[in-house]
Amino acid sequence: MSHPVLACRDVAKLYGAKARKFVVDGRLSADAATLAEAGVTAAVRDVNLEIQRGQTFVIMGLSGSGKSTLVRCLSGLTAPTAGAVLFEGRDLFKYSESELIQIRRHQMGMVFQHFALLPHLNVLQNVAFPLEVQGRTRAEREAKAHQMIELVGLKGREARFPSELSGGQQQRVGIARSLAADPDLWFLDEPFSALDPLIRREMQDEVLRLQGMLKKTIVFITHDFDEAARIADRIAIMKDGKVEQIGSAEELVLTPATDYVRAFTREAPRAKILTARAVMRPAPADARFAGLIDARARIAAFAHQVESTDAVYGVVDNGRILGAIDRLAMIDVLVGREPRSVAA
Amino acid sequence: MTMATTQATRQATRQATHQDARQNAPEQAPPAAPFRWRRLVWPAVAVLTAVVVMLPADLLPAWAVKYPAAWHLPLAAWISDVMKWLMNSASFGLFTVRDLTRALSAVLNIPLTMAKAIFATGVMQGEGSQAVQLFPPIPWFSLVIAATTVSYAIGGLRLALGMALGLAYLAVFGQWTSAMVTFASVLVSSIIGAIGGLLLGLACVRSRTLERLISPLLDVAQTMPVFAYLLPMLILFGFGPVSAMIATIIYAVPPMVRITIVAIRAVPEEIEALGRMTGCTRHQITWKMLVPSAMPALMVGVNQVIMLSLNVVIIASMIGAGGLGWDVLAALRRLDIGGGLEAGLAITVLAILLDRFAQALAFNARRNRRAEHSRRRVRHAVYAALVLAAAGWLAAAHWPTIAPYPEGWRLSTAPFWGDLVSWININFNGPLDAVKTFILLNILAPVKQFMLALPWPWVVAVTALAGYWLGGVRLALTVGLMCAFMAVVGLWPATMITVYLCGVAVMISVLIGVPVGIACAQRPALRTVVEWIIDTLQTLPAFVYLIPIVMLFRVGDFTALIAIVLYAIAPAIRYTAHGVAQVSPHLIEAGVMSGCTRRQILTRIRLPLAVPDMLLGLNQTILLALSMLVITALVGTRDLGQVTYAALAKADVGLGLVAGLSVAFIGMIADRLIAAGSARLKARNGH
Repeated sequence: MSHPVLACRDVAKLYGAKARKFVVDGRLSADAATLAEAGVTAAVRDVNLEIQRGQTFVIMGLSGSGKSTLVRCLSGLTAPTAGAVLFEGRDLFKYSESELIQIRRHQMGMVFQHFALLPHLNVLQNVAFPLEVQGRTRAEREAKAHQMIELVGLKGREARFPSELSGGQQQRVGIARSLAADPDLWFLDEPFSALDPLIRREMQDEVLRLQGMLKKTIVFITHDFDEAARIADRIAIMKDGKVEQIGSAEELVLTPATDYVRAFTREAPRAKILTARAVMRPAPADARFAGLIDARARIAAFAHQVESTDAVYGVVDNGRILGAIDRLAMIDVLVGREPRSVAA
Repeated sequence: MTMATTQATRQATRQATHQDARQNAPEQAPPAAPFRWRRLVWPAVAVLTAVVVMLPADLLPAWAVKYPAAWHLPLAAWISDVMKWLMNSASFGLFTVRDLTRALSAVLNIPLTMAKAIFATGVMQGEGSQAVQLFPPIPWFSLVIAATTVSYAIGGLRLALGMALGLAYLAVFGQWTSAMVTFASVLVSSIIGAIGGLLLGLACVRSRTLERLISPLLDVAQTMPVFAYLLPMLILFGFGPVSAMIATIIYAVPPMVRITIVAIRAVPEEIEALGRMTGCTRHQITWKMLVPSAMPALMVGVNQVIMLSLNVVIIASMIGAGGLGWDVLAALRRLDIGGGLEAGLAITVLAILLDRFAQALAFNARRNRRAEHSRRRVRHAVYAALVLAAAGWLAAAHWPTIAPYPEGWRLSTAPFWGDLVSWININFNGPLDAVKTFILLNILAPVKQFMLALPWPWVVAVTALAGYWLGGVRLALTVGLMCAFMAVVGLWPATMITVYLCGVAVMISVLIGVPVGIACAQRPALRTVVEWIIDTLQTLPAFVYLIPIVMLFRVGDFTALIAIVLYAIAPAIRYTAHGVAQVSPHLIEAGVMSGCTRRQILTRIRLPLAVPDMLLGLNQTILLALSMLVITALVGTRDLGQVTYAALAKADVGLGLVAGLSVAFIGMIADRLIAAGSARLKARNGH
């Protein structure tokens, strides 16, 4: 297996006049209490994570949890005080300024919370901007920009200015722009937090759709667990600058590592997160199945089938029976009760 | 607000300078009792001041009453000597300072001469009266055609109409030639000023050290009367339009630098992050992202540069810039109100046209909503108009008689204005005189005597105390030293007369301006009218309304007072209106829901929240009053302005600069104290 696209090794970012004092040999050498006493804030500390190629990795936490600082470290905008960020296996901050510029021009794209559209450029020029700074010809960059604008469904609005678009449309422009240079690594920094809930859903679908087509490596920041659960392959939950747990949405819901994660995932829409594999029980030996359910299917997808009868359903993966599920077991999992075994 | 809470917030703001303010403030602000004495400080100061003034002169030591001549610091003489040395013997080895400045002046002369050749003088050969015109300047009809069409192309019908009417005014009222001279020099100094200010501002954004170095210089350049640095400019760069231009740029650039710094810093951080994430170089981030994003704010700076350049047109004309400024000045000397008014209005018209054109140019790209085919049509129309204008120009070169605007088509309202003022003078001489005498005897004279009777050490001490009270030891030292400076250089009496005249004028401006501002905030229609009036008063060169006032009230302090109030009242009105109007609607609704009457909403919610803004307005009023004060030196006041003006006439560089610095220091003392007070209030309001 190849190395991860992006990885963090003991990354810490400290703020404060005496921050440097606590870094020895590139590593953080103090605990939270010592730092607080010295008036140093640890926005991020002890972060270790790996993001694989093609993965959608969500970093989530409430405001002040350090997620924005972490993403600034990951994207190379801010250098960490200690530890290393590895991009394609090399320390991102060991690249020279011009190498970093080349990496950003061709391998990274970023979507911003407040869109960061340039007010003096129209939609077409905004989307073409990353190509313009690369020095591509006008024809080339406009052709690509048109393609991107069509991709995000804004065809016909190329001549509009950002101030003439709704929030959702503005962020579509931001998305088109971030993809214009065909990056491998796509950062989305709370891209939908400034949008209305309905628009937010629509835009999440948009990201899922684009990801289905483009297969980028995505680093997505959010404070909304539902959003994270919808789009993530893996989620890192942050609190006070530390990563509390990393796992799939399902793992976070079913086996929360800390009380904080449990509290966070308690209200999550379990039916949409949990798969048959996660809720199944060992199949009774003499089971007669009323039907078969794919192990990767979400509860929401098969609930109506299971709840319509008392009978037991088999859970299969590639034709092999893995376990069984019935109505009561399903309800137990959904409401978060201790599971019983499946009735014979 | 009760005393206890005032004390508490005072404590809190004092603490806010330390890092851990928020945790400590509540504990450190127990009941106000231990601090009781602080309430008594200012009443005590007032009583003591009265006592000090009432005391028979011989009870105080002589040195306190009158600053002893023996203690004077001969700063003025030193400056004059340094200046002399600079120009006569200072050298960088290969070349002298004089060579350098003269070379600089020659370089700056190139764009100026070119602009003048195009718009005003034509291409000349030869010197002085033997000069022969090789090619005429652009004739009025060509410029009207070209400017109007280009205005239409970039700003639509409104701008085109404005441009046509404005230019027509210049032609019809016989101001064309002078206006073009002024236009050429304002154009060049505005462009140099705007670009220079932008670059300087960008450099300050990059380097905090540079910003810290430059900031006080900007303060001085802005508050020091232009008169004060006219003379050094003359000595360094020689008599003529270039010196005038450099003085204009020095005066007009500080706001551009300030606005650039603020505007670039205000660009959302995300935009810069975007620049770095798309792999922009530093150069690309600055010029492709930061500057264009900040353009609307930067254009405010350009507007300021243009307005300020036009403001000093008249003063610059004293050292050879010529043009409309010279016309106004000459009219003032002849007491020709009509002529002065028409030339003054021409300056205003130029200001408005230049400003609107620049604004349209800046926003053209963003607002251009025309379809492609109509854009092409407009472009063709512009080409056609430019060709037509060029043809007209060539025709004018061939048949010189058609170039000037025909005498017969001229209009003038000058006799009307002259007659109007004489009529008022003849018919209302009695009442006017009575008003003047009353105010002179009952307000101006007593205040003046009071100020002059104050012993200088007492004033310095009270100023420093105010500084300590509002901002701490540092501020106390700053304002105290500035105040002492004026005594040390031996300009104390002139300073006190300045403070008295300026103080009374500011008081009157605030007494009139604040109620008008409040009224404006609540009636948009009234606000439009008032804004129009104060805009005109501010762009109309100050000299222009000096003329009728001088004719009605003759020279003296009262005339100066009226002129200062007219000029300085604008910010008092504008900031009050803005402050009262910008209070958050939620707070107003909260007031309505608690059952406030309209009056209560005004007095309990709007006004208290508008105080920080009003303080800013007060600050501006004081600065404007000081700048006008210097101009009123022409009507015979006895203040620092007069000293500066006299120094200019006597070519005494040192005295001019020292007096100018004193005026600047008065402004800066007021500015620092008010800023400290305002910052405290804002902190209390949680901004």
